[in-house]
Amino acid sequence: MSATKRIYMDHSSGKPVDERVVEAMLPYMQKSYGNPSSLHGMGQEARKALDEARAKIAELINAEKKETIVFTSGATESNNLAIKGVAYRNKDKGTRILASRIEHMSVINSCKYLTTKGFETLFLPVDSYGFLDLEALEEKLAENTVLVSVAYANGEIGTIQSIGEISKIVHSRKAYLHVDATAACGQIPIDVKIEGIDLLTISSNDMYGPKGTGALYVKDGTRLEPLLHGGGQEKGLRSGTENIPAIVGFGKAAELTKKEMPTRAEHLTRLRDKLIKGLLEAAPYSFLNGHPTRRLPDNVSVRYSFIEGESMLLSLEMEGVFASSGSACTAKTLEPSHVLLAIGLKHEEAHGSLMFTLGKQSTEEEVNHVVAVMPSIVKRLRAMSPLTPKELVD
Amino acid sequence: MYTEKVMDHFKNPRNMGEIPDADGVGTVGNPVCGDLMTIYIKVKDNRLIDIKFKTFGCGSAIATSSMITELAKGKTLEEAMKITRGDVADSLGGLPPVKMHCSNLAADALHAAIEDYYKRRGEEVKK
Repeated sequence: MSATKRIYMDHSSGKPVDERVVEAMLPYMQKSYGNPSSLHGMGQEARKALDEARAKIAELINAEKKETIVFTSGATESNNLAIKGVAYRNKDKGTRILASRIEHMSVINSCKYLTTKGFETLFLPVDSYGFLDLEALEEKLAENTVLVSVAYANGEIGTIQSIGEISKIVHSRKAYLHVDATAACGQIPIDVKIEGIDLLTISSNDMYGPKGTGALYVKDGTRLEPLLHGGGQEKGLRSGTENIPAIVGFGKAAELTKKEMPTRAEHLTRLRDKLIKGLLEAAPYSFLNGHPTRRLPDNVSVRYSFIEGESMLLSLEMEGVFASSGSACTAKTLEPSHVLLAIGLKHEEAHGSLMFTLGKQSTEEEVNHVVAVMPSIVKRLRAMSPLTPKELVD
Repeated sequence: MYTEKVMDHFKNPRNMGEIPDADGVGTVGNPVCGDLMTIYIKVKDNRLIDIKFKTFGCGSAIATSSMITELAKGKTLEEAMKITRGDVADSLGGLPPVKMHCSNLAADALHAAIEDYYKRRGEEVKK
């Protein structure tokens, strides 16, 4: 395989937009460009497109009605709206907020921000697979807890939580449950009614829709304060003219995802398991991060002892492979991934982690290529490392 | 993100390995931070006649280790002690700002190896 070939295995960072989605969006750029708030025909055309997209997203998560879907600019805004919105609106009920230690930074930093506004935030531990510690949840769930925020599945290590169980505990104390489903939605079935979810974050691009749009499911009766004030769009929860082309694309992506989810999941799971097996066989002292089966179909997270993630990524890129790492050296901060530390990895183990996220266009040939190049990459870097035991070096 | 020079040193590191009968060894960094470097030196008539490195770390950690061995080889101990972190980064055509502190430890490792050499001989460090 030539070095110019691009094997993209970083789908959790960004996905290509499905061709059928692009096609659905195009008329709303130059033909149907009305504002859904306008009463005239052009406006009503846009209103209709907006409502249809809303219905498709509601259907994907089995929401009780389409009006529970609030469009936002993406998962980060949805997480901010859920957490700050509930906190501000329910201050009379209580000021404690709980979240797991492996949440996305948009959840963690929203919670941390609230501590500067008179709220108390506690971050709950997880076990070595990344499953939430349910005893800690029960213990910290005091009378004054208004919100618990837990991701449906973790975007870095793929671990899928038992949301139904978590929901029962949270609701036994009358707190709201917010679930960040950015990584999970579209990969595995989610049912907000059966699972008892009050607020659910959904991202468009994670379902092969355009970037820059997302949604927050808000169960009927959930008390929420808006972050953006203005013309009162989205039932007053998110002012600002709706991004119709992106929302139409998001709706189309949700429709396709609902239809194709089983096929995609089967394809991804097969490639995932093949890649995990190949990467663990590539070298001794290699380990899987997260759970072997209760994990997202697209997620492969492994670590190799004695070497560092970024140097593995650079080496992979020299072979045409684009992946991601849990090492500090690939981020803006110097700390390794908070998720890998929370599941109990030592700093040097977290630094040696690699993440591959597959997409619906990924192929077996691509997986074979990654598996084929990995042994020599690990061997070369281990030969350079002062941490490598003598018996591993020729 | 990296210059061609950095990538060249990452792909083809110079003087990688250990010197079993080294006259001085310097290790800096910490695997906890993601970077650990060891420099081995061989000294004859006050000159670095051989120098090798082993590094655990990111691309720039490996490239700076490789570069320092090129900069230092053949120099007198006093000249080698004058090589700075900035010299290493400049010789590589620059490093990304976030890497300037965390992964630019090669000069420190070289200085530690020379100090070890003096210490083994019971001499004061000459700067």
